[in-house]
Amino acid sequence: MTRAFLAILRRDLALSLGSGGGAGLGVVFFLCVITVVPFAVGPDLALLARIGPAILWIGALLASLIGLERLFTADVEDGSLDNLTLSALPLELVAAAKGLAHWLATGLPLVIAAPVLALMLNLEPAAIAAVVATLLVGTPAVTFLGLIGAAFAGAFRRGGLLIAVLVIPLAIPVLIFAVSATTSAVTGPVPFGTPFRVLLGLALFSLVLGPVAAAAALRAARG
Amino acid sequence: MAILDLANPTRFLNYSGRLLPWIAVASVLVLAIGFWLAFQAPADYQQGETVKIMYIHVPFAWLAMFAYTLMAASSLGILVWRHPLADVAHKAAAPIGATFAALCLVTGALWGRPMWGTYWVWDARLTSMLVLLLLYLGVMALRAAIDDPSRSGRAAAVLTLVGVINIPIVKFSVDWWNTLHQPASVFRMGGSTIDGSLLWPLLTCALGFSLLFATLHLIAMRTEILRRRVEVLEARAAAEAMG
Repeated sequence: MTRAFLAILRRDLALSLGSGGGAGLGVVFFLCVITVVPFAVGPDLALLARIGPAILWIGALLASLIGLERLFTADVEDGSLDNLTLSALPLELVAAAKGLAHWLATGLPLVIAAPVLALMLNLEPAAIAAVVATLLVGTPAVTFLGLIGAAFAGAFRRGGLLIAVLVIPLAIPVLIFAVSATTSAVTGPVPFGTPFRVLLGLALFSLVLGPVAAAAALRAARG
Repeated sequence: MAILDLANPTRFLNYSGRLLPWIAVASVLVLAIGFWLAFQAPADYQQGETVKIMYIHVPFAWLAMFAYTLMAASSLGILVWRHPLADVAHKAAAPIGATFAALCLVTGALWGRPMWGTYWVWDARLTSMLVLLLLYLGVMALRAAIDDPSRSGRAAAVLTLVGVINIPIVKFSVDWWNTLHQPASVFRMGGSTIDGSLLWPLLTCALGFSLLFATLHLIAMRTEILRRRVEVLEARAAAEAMG
């Protein structure tokens, strides 16, 4: 069972890293969002430092969502999902393996790119550390919640807007606690650990909910 | 008559057709009494006459949540027993619940303007009702995106159940985030904090709107059952015409 899980993980990683643009494109999109914001709100560095963590998080959220569309689509089209359904691995763990591979290929690069982008938004070191920590914990949560939308989109061949509409309401708690953890790291009054621990809890929760609901959605599509 | 007999769509059409006029008349009567009581009720000592908005705003909020609970129960019926009537109930409840949620937000905004001085604040209760509306719209969008009715029903059921798990978390997180709206005042430990002269008209209106919801839901369910039958007949006629 572990071997099957690792095999799917390796296969999906190879596919998304090898196809070109997988990891890189998400980071470029992230960079685009961060670049657009100062044009919209003005180049005031004090203002950017204040709203910077929120902008980084919105950018990361959107970048995590846009990549999800192809997560199941290709497997449904070429029939490999049928193969995976027949394997010894439960569909839930198949979904979890694919989600983990997707996060390693697209979510982790966002976390690594975040400190550089944070410098462009004039964040102080404490805020940068807090943003990176919350992204490291929060982007897996977004990816695994996004698995649900990706399963619907893949199984029913419907596009990216539907994923965003379905997943964004579910991701609101993650956003709330991630951003409040970063602001409390800089200004208080609650210690950083309080919202951060709730964020950890949310991440663990979505690690379970995402694959289970995604598998249910794939089965629903099968009829 | 056992309650399970109603699970047969033909029997359901039969009984609901007989029941419907009574519920419709009852909802009109109770709403008329409720509105009359509401206009007789004294004005609030702080809010003046604007408190009258409460008599429609609060029932809308309750029914928006009730309709989602009904959809969640129907989702279990769809996924566990694969029951066609549960699917019909789920589909019929979504637009009605979404309308109640939207009306709750609109009446709340109209109430907020004179009381809080603004149509909208990013407060916990307002925000969680907005998220509920988004969930409704997501479920409806998912249904609209899938042609095959049985598959779309099961997909929408999965999404509804995910939403049910998520609503308490959203509620808890936005409470943590920001709160201005008053806390629950009718159903709470230690009794209601609303005076009886305002509470009774409110409960009457809530009953009237619940009956209205039942009426609309039954009509929508009957329409949906008949629409599906027409579709089957059309498909059969088309197949026969093809030879």
